[in-house]
Amino acid sequence: MLEDVFRDQWGRVLATLVGILGDIELAEDAAQEAFALAAERWPHDGQPENPTGWLIATARHRAIDRIRRERTLAAKTEQLKRELRDESEETMDEAATFPDERLELIFTCCHPALALDAQVGLTLRTLGGLSTEEIARAFLVPFETMSKRLTRAKHKIRDAGIPFAVPPDRLLPERLDAVLAVVYLIFNEGWGGGRFDLVAEAIRLGRSLIELMPDEAEAHALLALMLLGHARNTARFLHGELVLLDDQDRSLWDQHQIDEGHGLLEQALALHGSGPYIIQAAIADLHLQQPRNWEEIELLYRQLEHITNSPVVALNRAIAVAELEGPEAGLVILDRLELDDYRYYHSTRADLLRRLGRDDEARAAYARARELTQPGPEQRFLDSRLADLPESAEQLPDP
Amino acid sequence: MRYALLAYSNVEVRDRIPEAERRRINAEIAEVLAQPNVTGWLRLQDVESATTVRREQDRTLLTDGPFVDSKDYLGGFILVEAENLDGALAVAAELQELDVTAAIEVRPVLEQELGGA
Repeated sequence: MLEDVFRDQWGRVLATLVGILGDIELAEDAAQEAFALAAERWPHDGQPENPTGWLIATARHRAIDRIRRERTLAAKTEQLKRELRDESEETMDEAATFPDERLELIFTCCHPALALDAQVGLTLRTLGGLSTEEIARAFLVPFETMSKRLTRAKHKIRDAGIPFAVPPDRLLPERLDAVLAVVYLIFNEGWGGGRFDLVAEAIRLGRSLIELMPDEAEAHALLALMLLGHARNTARFLHGELVLLDDQDRSLWDQHQIDEGHGLLEQALALHGSGPYIIQAAIADLHLQQPRNWEEIELLYRQLEHITNSPVVALNRAIAVAELEGPEAGLVILDRLELDDYRYYHSTRADLLRRLGRDDEARAAYARARELTQPGPEQRFLDSRLADLPESAEQLPDP
Repeated sequence: MRYALLAYSNVEVRDRIPEAERRRINAEIAEVLAQPNVTGWLRLQDVESATTVRREQDRTLLTDGPFVDSKDYLGGFILVEAENLDGALAVAAELQELDVTAAIEVRPVLEQELGGA
């Protein structure tokens, strides 16, 4: 119960503290102290009327105390003293005066001057409130590695002067793309590997984004896209095994999430959006219909390919083309793509080859896809596909 | 904050640019360098003119050429005053658009006094 409150409050409290203290590390330490104090006191004294305000005010007191203690930060103390001079103790505890600066924090964490993995880690830590240990586990890296990565990113933000601000209009489209990309990457990381904690976190972040940027069509579209995918989650991972869309039990689809996704997609369209996430959400929506309208899906992928120039999109279009014109036509597109390190490239190729009865080539492609896949439901799915292929007549070397 | 913009070029690319083209690019770069937020800049002679001083087996050793042996070389640097990294990146982007073969490394200046706490 208290944990839920903390989880909800963390990003909000931290963002405000970064705004006040001007340093993420300092803010994080202060916030942690305040949350620890709350965990100690609230169960006895009861939750304060305004938990957010209490946490921010407490953390701020702590931070100021600490700064005063630490001689090396003398300059910062001076700056803070100046800033706080006009404020009495009473106004410091007035929650209404604390602005919500989560949006500023998101743009800081997803600044393109930071490496993408650092952007992802920082966003999960600062806005998602995940612990370093949880993030390390989610991305299958040692705790030390993730800890170093986060510390390095925080230091770069401080030392290089990465702004804590919503970017000016001329930079906004590009920077917003970076923010959306980070959230979508978190979603996909969870979606591919069946890591529902990451999927849930991405959706939570997506909800924050539309709360903070209600006029951005692409933010609505991203949340729609994630919900329309997540709605099939139970059906997609039945008893821990991956089930392909056409084989899924539709009664297990979450109609509530589908409706919400539809609503968000409509809102995105009403905001005159035309970016990549709207198109992807529209495609996700088409995939939910039976029979699937492959012509329209192919058309939307074509449009998306035009905007993004991405080989992964071309790969998806090849799947639609294979449905419309046959597996050969799909293979023609795949052969033009350079995606040798992408597991879905090989699994898609394998599937088309299998449908053409080119079993040996299919086997080699499934094997390559398997090599690139982490142990888990996806890998077991590939194993079952490999097992389903007829035994090869003679031991031929891989083509 | 102050930022140093380190402009890197490539020897092979440099030798391919015709003289007239180079002059035109330089004239445009001069306009950017005249902006008030640019507080200083230096251009360096060709990298072939470099001499490196270092220590080897307790002796000071001179070698002909730059410290880092590479086709990429530091061509000059520019000091920029900006409110934050975005301000410095904007100047770097402007310069990069004029000289598309260059790569510009943006580094915040360490303002601490040498030897001071």
